[in-house]
Amino acid sequence: MFHNYFNKNVSSAPLAVFRIGFGLMMVFSVVRFWLNGWIKTLYIDPKFHFSYYGFEWIQPLGNYTYILYAICGLSALFVALGFKYRIAIIMFFLSFTYIELMDKTTYLNHYYFVSVLSFLMIFLPANKYYALDNYASAKAYKFVPRWTTDSIKLLLCIVYFYAGLAKLNSDWLLRAMPLKIWLPSKYDLPLLGNLMQLEWIPYVMSWSGMLYDLSIPFLLLYRKTRTLGFILAVVFHVLTRMLFPIGVFPLVMIVSCLIFFDAAFHKRILRILNRFLKPPAYKIKKIIISQNYRVRRPFIILPVLSLFFVIQLLLPWRYSLYPDELFWTEEGYRFSWRVMLMEKMGYTQYRIVDGDTGASFVVDNTDFLTSYQEKQMSFQPDFILQYAHYLGDHFTAQGHQNVQVFAESYVALNGRLSQPYIDKSIDLYSINESFQHKDWILPFNDDIQGL
Amino acid sequence: MKKVSFLFFITIALFSCTSEDESTNDIPSNDFDRKAMLTNIADNIILPSLTDLENKLDQLNADRLEFTENPTQTNLTTMRSSWLEAYKTWQYVEMFNIGKAEEILYSFQMNIYPTNTSDIESNINGIDETNLDERNYDLTTANNNDAVGFPAVEYMIYAIAADDASIIAAYSTDSNFRKNVLYLTDITNQMKGLTSQVRNDWLTSYRDVFVTSTANNASSAINKLVNDFIFYYEKGLRANKIGIPAGVFSTTPLPDRVEGLYSKVYSKELALESLKAVEDFFNGTSFAGSSNGLGYADYVNESTEISLTAMINDQFGIARAQLNTLNNDLSQQVSTDNSKMTVTYDELQRAVVLMKVDMLQVLNVSVDYVDADGD
Repeated sequence: MFHNYFNKNVSSAPLAVFRIGFGLMMVFSVVRFWLNGWIKTLYIDPKFHFSYYGFEWIQPLGNYTYILYAICGLSALFVALGFKYRIAIIMFFLSFTYIELMDKTTYLNHYYFVSVLSFLMIFLPANKYYALDNYASAKAYKFVPRWTTDSIKLLLCIVYFYAGLAKLNSDWLLRAMPLKIWLPSKYDLPLLGNLMQLEWIPYVMSWSGMLYDLSIPFLLLYRKTRTLGFILAVVFHVLTRMLFPIGVFPLVMIVSCLIFFDAAFHKRILRILNRFLKPPAYKIKKIIISQNYRVRRPFIILPVLSLFFVIQLLLPWRYSLYPDELFWTEEGYRFSWRVMLMEKMGYTQYRIVDGDTGASFVVDNTDFLTSYQEKQMSFQPDFILQYAHYLGDHFTAQGHQNVQVFAESYVALNGRLSQPYIDKSIDLYSINESFQHKDWILPFNDDIQGL
Repeated sequence: MKKVSFLFFITIALFSCTSEDESTNDIPSNDFDRKAMLTNIADNIILPSLTDLENKLDQLNADRLEFTENPTQTNLTTMRSSWLEAYKTWQYVEMFNIGKAEEILYSFQMNIYPTNTSDIESNINGIDETNLDERNYDLTTANNNDAVGFPAVEYMIYAIAADDASIIAAYSTDSNFRKNVLYLTDITNQMKGLTSQVRNDWLTSYRDVFVTSTANNASSAINKLVNDFIFYYEKGLRANKIGIPAGVFSTTPLPDRVEGLYSKVYSKELALESLKAVEDFFNGTSFAGSSNGLGYADYVNESTEISLTAMINDQFGIARAQLNTLNNDLSQQVSTDNSKMTVTYDELQRAVVLMKVDMLQVLNVSVDYVDADGD
């Protein structure tokens, strides 16, 4: 049966449409980022960048960061065109992932999704149909192995389903947090603004959001509910786009969901595209259109992708290896499709102490961090620790003796009153980052039930 | 299938409709009347304090003229007291770094301390006595921010010479007394001119813009104001008046960084006025009065079941009690018993957490962080 599955084929049109859609959205995303001036404000202006543990060697490249973005945008364009596809998608994956690893201040689940998806696409024959590569090779294929489109569907299903599982907690379902804080603050939206003031709205939105995430994979997989599922996806993502500043993510998800539709639908899209493009080169060079494309080196690709999906399925559960409340410590929070679950704010100040004399002074964070970095640092323990080390190194280099670094931190989570967050008697400069539990985070003093 | 492609294009259309920064003026009505709060703040707090400041700066200028034309001890004392009165009112104005005040960098030209005495001296020495209409300085530049405003005037009337007799001489018998008179005239006139400019802008146009700017975005008055308020509390009051002199941010205490350094005995009084300005603003209490209108305290009450306003007001009260135990001359307090200063700082600090974390979370204000995407 297993063997049978991997010999099955599907039309190559869906994969081609997906490649084009993905490439164009990424071009748009890069251009938008550039034009908003965010390359400068997020990656060039800050004096210091928050690195991911183990990736401290990845840093912005000064003004060359623009070249990095240019490479990223160009490779996305090449992906859309299906031109030198394999090299283009590898370049895209590398440049995009490098960008995301430069500073975790800007971590977003949807950037992680793009990285993961582009990694998957390296192994997919997305340039076998409706691609410029077809001219160079003079070959195109009507069918590709079924697992290629299925792997994209599987990834999408994981994203939605895990996002739904993450909503199964008492804050989201019973207290309607954080929507209870966020929705009323949209009072200035036309039409929706008044609606958002109603007391029951956050509860309805919380529950329907949870039900949507958990059910959408199945609605899209079954032919009979597919159109309904897609309508729901459009409504859901447009609504979130109107209510929250989530950039291109809703668009990415809506376009990605098209992959669930059958070949006829995608062929229709390509026919519409044809009307606009009128590919002239058909007349220049004869392309031989064959039936089935056979993936090369499946004995490498299939194990790699299997491992990839095993990791995808397991990684979000790593939080259960840590004690204490996940939302409070955030140990295992990222890379797990936990989207919009927390309204968390913090205030963290550092005291630099001379270990011998006890003389001390307080650091003005604005001397070192942008306001956005300071905001993100204030409630995330790994940021707090990394910044403590940066400060310790900075003041040691300035000639201060026996430097110790203490943090006084207060954090408020999902409408609860702020409470002390970090043990202020711990010299953070003497503590090294690791995957171990951070026992210098003070207890949460409350319970959030659920997954 | 047609349905699907139709939906798809509708989506694209909707996306292009929800533009990034909606600045709509017809805000729907809600439980809390934000416009009424801004109206109260504009009409009963900001404008009356600006009017009072302008009047007191007029008085300061009149007394300065009287003093320079007739430099006696009595006139010096009179001018000093009108300087203090204006300075006390300034404590109510400094936090409103919005509208014209923000545009012309008002507060940077009014109250940067410590003042730079060598800049003042070199400005004075640069005056050409043979051509008094020409100035060799531009007092509005950033370089001169620490050579103008209340702290510079204070230096000119308290510390330009060793004692009162020689200060009077500096404006009457000293060889370069005309230069001193001219500089004192220029900086007091500048304070009055800037204040009139800010107040007139409020009167003629900004007030109406301000009270209707209630959207929840980074550029709306309702959000900028609460950010200005917290910034003022954290920087203008907590750090500048108490924390920095107490050495909280440095390896040693810095007693010469207090506000009102040269007059010596007013630093605590000014800090107390500042704290009162903060409390009044938060509670919507009218300037120089006690009538309570809508303020952010009410806004917070509307937005949460937690008794956050009471906690913030209690903390202001604790900080005030602590501040009251200090020496009138905070510089002296730093030198004799700095621990009382740091305790006062700690109590002021506790309110920062309540406002910056809890209040901003409850109001879910769009703060002026970079407007990057969230998820």
